[in-house]
Amino acid sequence: MYHYTDFDQAFLRERNAQFRTQVERRIDGSLTEEEFKPLRLMNGLYLQLHAYMLRVAIPYGTVNSAQMEKLAEIAERWDKGYGHFTTRQNIQYNWPELRDVPDMLDALAEVNLHAIQTSGNTIRNVTADHFAGAAADEVADPRPVAELIRQWSTDHPEFQFLPRKFKVAVTGAAADRAVIKAHDIGLRIVRRGAEVGYEVVVGGGLGRTPMIGKVLYDFVAEEDLLPTLEAIVSVYNLLGRRDNKYKARIKITVHENGIEEIRKRVDERYALIRPRFTGLDQQHLARIRANFAAPNFKVADEAPYQWARQHDPAFRAWSETNLAEHRAPGYAIVTISLKAHGATPGDASARQMRLMAGLARRYGHDELRISHEQNVILPHVHKADLPHIYAALRAAELGTANVGLISDIIACPGMDYCALATARSIPIAQEIATHFEALKLEHDIGPLKIKISGCINACGHHHVGHIGILGLDRAGVENYQITLGGDGTEDATLGERVGPGFSADEIVPAVERLVMTYLEMRTEPAESFLQTYRRLGLAPFKAALYPEARADAA
Amino acid sequence: MPKPFTPKIVTANALLEGDVIYQTLTGWSRRIEEAEVLTDEAHADLRLIEASAQTREVIGAYLAEVELDGSRPRPAHFREAFRARGPSNYAHGKQQSKTQPRT
Repeated sequence: MYHYTDFDQAFLRERNAQFRTQVERRIDGSLTEEEFKPLRLMNGLYLQLHAYMLRVAIPYGTVNSAQMEKLAEIAERWDKGYGHFTTRQNIQYNWPELRDVPDMLDALAEVNLHAIQTSGNTIRNVTADHFAGAAADEVADPRPVAELIRQWSTDHPEFQFLPRKFKVAVTGAAADRAVIKAHDIGLRIVRRGAEVGYEVVVGGGLGRTPMIGKVLYDFVAEEDLLPTLEAIVSVYNLLGRRDNKYKARIKITVHENGIEEIRKRVDERYALIRPRFTGLDQQHLARIRANFAAPNFKVADEAPYQWARQHDPAFRAWSETNLAEHRAPGYAIVTISLKAHGATPGDASARQMRLMAGLARRYGHDELRISHEQNVILPHVHKADLPHIYAALRAAELGTANVGLISDIIACPGMDYCALATARSIPIAQEIATHFEALKLEHDIGPLKIKISGCINACGHHHVGHIGILGLDRAGVENYQITLGGDGTEDATLGERVGPGFSADEIVPAVERLVMTYLEMRTEPAESFLQTYRRLGLAPFKAALYPEARADAA
Repeated sequence: MPKPFTPKIVTANALLEGDVIYQTLTGWSRRIEEAEVLTDEAHADLRLIEASAQTREVIGAYLAEVELDGSRPRPAHFREAFRARGPSNYAHGKQQSKTQPRT
């Protein structure tokens, strides 16, 4: 966990004090909305459909129990008692009032959190593998470098007015849990012989023109990483299009100029700026890294865990889906599902946040993570403690055994909250989850990722869902388009659009037809939906979605 | 031929609370039923300019299409219906406190 220095704290205090006076000047009329808007956006404050929305960054998804408790306090004191965790490891408050926002930011600063650069055409919250520092398959913990990038990018004078927003994700493992190929820059820590370095991927992104990122460099040594990043963003800053918002992301710059041309320009820029990086950043990185030392893992008897697995079917089901392999013997990574059937994906009440914070403090070395899949992780838990943890979670409606299953749905806020949305996402997610829960099919179906976006900007990552759902406005009616075969992992693939969309009433039956087709067609229960889709292609699923077309063709 | 002008209202968000508000004959209301219905294009444009000028009270004023239920306006598009009602996952927004104070 990174500990703020005096410099960090002073910076945040000053920034919050500035924003407080900006809010006052807006309210007393000295600033027009036109003048105020860029200032509020720089501090994470949006205006949405029904209210303001404050987006708070959770850098690389890591929080401790005190921070989580503060998030709960803010939800109760200034919002409606809950928060919404997003696909970018942020938390959003949906109902703040303008006058309260400076106090909310001060409260966040008490626990070293902020909302800086959660909006605007800047480098946004740096995201990372939510199993960082805990996963068994990791080369190195990606968070120290993510923190270095956060500090480098925060208030970076050259990068406050980029052509468009800029998102960076880092993973330290071969298995990509951070969707790095769908980011403007994706970094993967790799080992070459004894040396640890970075694979640098650029030009990925979802949205209106989805693209899988391309490898710019397959190995960048650690001391060269920051100048490389600076060179990339610098080239993009000049070359990226400012004439058309829809062509302004780096994915279009890379696509239009070609990766070779981008590499040539980045190399030139790099040669120019490299001497300015004299090694200070590496000294600083070493200090940051010391903050992320692994906890003192305990040694305990796993017997209570084994006993519970044998005697409690509910616990066993939960341990099958919600645990992942930890690098320390006897430990497990717990994913707490924020997807109780019928609940809003990613929402947690203040009470739930406090409960999770308490569990982290008591059993989890004081660490929690927010995943881009809108769940909360206890990254370091000894298996002996799992029965207690499960019992506590279950009592707070946090014990749903569905991680990676059909009801573990990513959904953006959609038109229930978002001013950009073209249709609702949340009710569709709720209906799919409750429908398959009623059918009692979820565990039989096995791994299946459904991702729902309420507009083409794709915050719900629908392009990389095994089943992706995109909500649109078709002649004044909500309409949902289906894509199939998307994958957000190291095998990143964009889903294929199947055909015309479905109305809100038709979309859940359509998903059911897809799932039934899969269950009929799979060679064995171990063949996942995605594997079956890859083996058979679109045709049988398309036929299931549009039976009338098949009848016409016959 | 130009499209005939369909009935509209002026809507915005309140500066301090962010609430969805509607322009009435005399000020602003939280209730769409109380909105002033604009059937003349030039008058609608004028009322929008007047609304947008009130920068200390409102943000983001625009004209929204309505259907008429007798003389009472109803949202013509689902987006406006959601704004008039609140989100569908919780009884928040206008569903929560039907008797919010008027500005």
